[in-house]
Amino acid sequence: MGKDLSVRVCGVKLRNPVIPASGTFGFGLEAADWFDLNVLGGISLKGTTLEARPGNPTPRIAECAGGMLNAVGLQNPGVEALVAERVPALRACYGGAIIANISGFSVEEYAQACAVADRCADIDLIELNVSCPNVRHGGMAFGTDPKSAAAVTEAVKNATRKPVLVKLSPNVTDIVAIAQACADAGADGLVLINTLLGMRIDIKTRRPVLANTTGGYSGPGVFPVAVRMVWQVARACSIPVVGCGGVASAEDVIEMMMAGATAVQVGSENLRDPLACPRIVAELPEVMDRLGIDSLKDIIGIV
Amino acid sequence: MKQGTFTILDNARLARDTFRMVLEGDCSAVTGSGQFVQVSVPGLYLRRPFSVSDRDGDRIVLVYKQVGKGTAAMAAMAPGGTLDLVTGLGRGFDVAAAGERSLLVGGSVGTAPLLLLARELQAAGKAFDVALGFGDAGLAFYVQEFKALGAQVKVATQDGSLGREGLVTDAIRALDGTYDYFYCCGSKVMMRVVSEALPFAGECSMEERMGCGTGICYGCSIPTTAGMRRVCADGPVFRKEEIVWERI
Repeated sequence: MGKDLSVRVCGVKLRNPVIPASGTFGFGLEAADWFDLNVLGGISLKGTTLEARPGNPTPRIAECAGGMLNAVGLQNPGVEALVAERVPALRACYGGAIIANISGFSVEEYAQACAVADRCADIDLIELNVSCPNVRHGGMAFGTDPKSAAAVTEAVKNATRKPVLVKLSPNVTDIVAIAQACADAGADGLVLINTLLGMRIDIKTRRPVLANTTGGYSGPGVFPVAVRMVWQVARACSIPVVGCGGVASAEDVIEMMMAGATAVQVGSENLRDPLACPRIVAELPEVMDRLGIDSLKDIIGIV
Repeated sequence: MKQGTFTILDNARLARDTFRMVLEGDCSAVTGSGQFVQVSVPGLYLRRPFSVSDRDGDRIVLVYKQVGKGTAAMAAMAPGGTLDLVTGLGRGFDVAAAGERSLLVGGSVGTAPLLLLARELQAAGKAFDVALGFGDAGLAFYVQEFKALGAQVKVATQDGSLGREGLVTDAIRALDGTYDYFYCCGSKVMMRVVSEALPFAGECSMEERMGCGTGICYGCSIPTTAGMRRVCADGPVFRKEEIVWERI
């Protein structure tokens, strides 16, 4: 059919727009035994901090209608281990874009961690996670206030020459204001949305299901929220937007791109279906054909 | 790891609220006991993990207790229906670690994966006995199956309606034998008590609420001597000394 699936995000060419989202695909290598990772446009690695973190107590996972809650709490081996071990191991079997997702607890920490990631030639893009809802005094705290989001973005831009995508939280009153603050502070692109803050209660034990009490809601239930926010932000900002939230099919990818996304991340669906990303990539040409789309680049922000 | 459609050959009550489902499909990814499968239950978002209780060629047996929506839906499924499974998950029991005579310790529905383990031990020419703990006689299962493999089997029930009155540790005390290795599957509390009570080496099949079951989401990590490790991919079976029990 000769369909063109390629897209370009902040100067980085992706063979297709499909990227497993941070936190739903480990450090990439976990899935290398299941399918050829090279079918993926990019891989966003698990959220990483300056120092190693054990994450939250369990239970970290709760189910709900239309998806799930997670409160993993940024369990990770630290950015030094990321650049020394995880990324080189992934690069050995994967030629596409590698996106390092960096989180922190202070502006300085974000900048330091990104400076370490900057030294790693195999990292193509940095995804600044200012939207993790599952850690105290960090993550989302920076992504829910335009000034803080701008301060982190600016500090990180000064710490790295790599393109910086800022991953935004939907748990805000005005997503456009935060997005614009990040763009004005030098962000090269935006990723939205991270999870919606949620909570479940076990009515038998009368206790929260999650040990962390609250967690991030993701899954098909958040898809319309994500589409709406991508649409709002893509219209208001001139930098590329990567859409994320509830994407589970090739049709969802196309819908997200029509809303304004240049590339699309697949998150929770990887947990339900370990082969979700290769399936979606394989389905794209046929769905494009059905809709009369020759190049995915043609539909970005068409709505 | 392999995803595939399985046909339900049988799905019958095995004990109170406990069911035995026989599934047929591509079992090539199932390499041994202690591994688990992830079952997609129509209408529910996350897959449900179940240990492989028995296997015969392309047939696997899952034993599950009806505790929530997913298992209630499974209990209502009829033979001839199909289920989407991800198979061959996790690191299972280490049969090679067995010594002269092993002790298999099962608690409630945690008894399930020990049957396939027992078959593997038998095939490897390794001796073993079995201690099981259940709430009451109505919840007990697999006692005859273990006996049929030639093992000495002792049972304890909390109300004394079958075997000894007490906990699985009372069943262990009732066994007549000398053991040098144990395999355990049950509740976290039970596995901790067993691990601390037995003076020799052994391994436990841990349980934790899972997201993916394949090692990518880090939702099921537990504290081990090597840091936080994923029950689904680094386990579910861990050697007892690897687990930091006081933080479980």
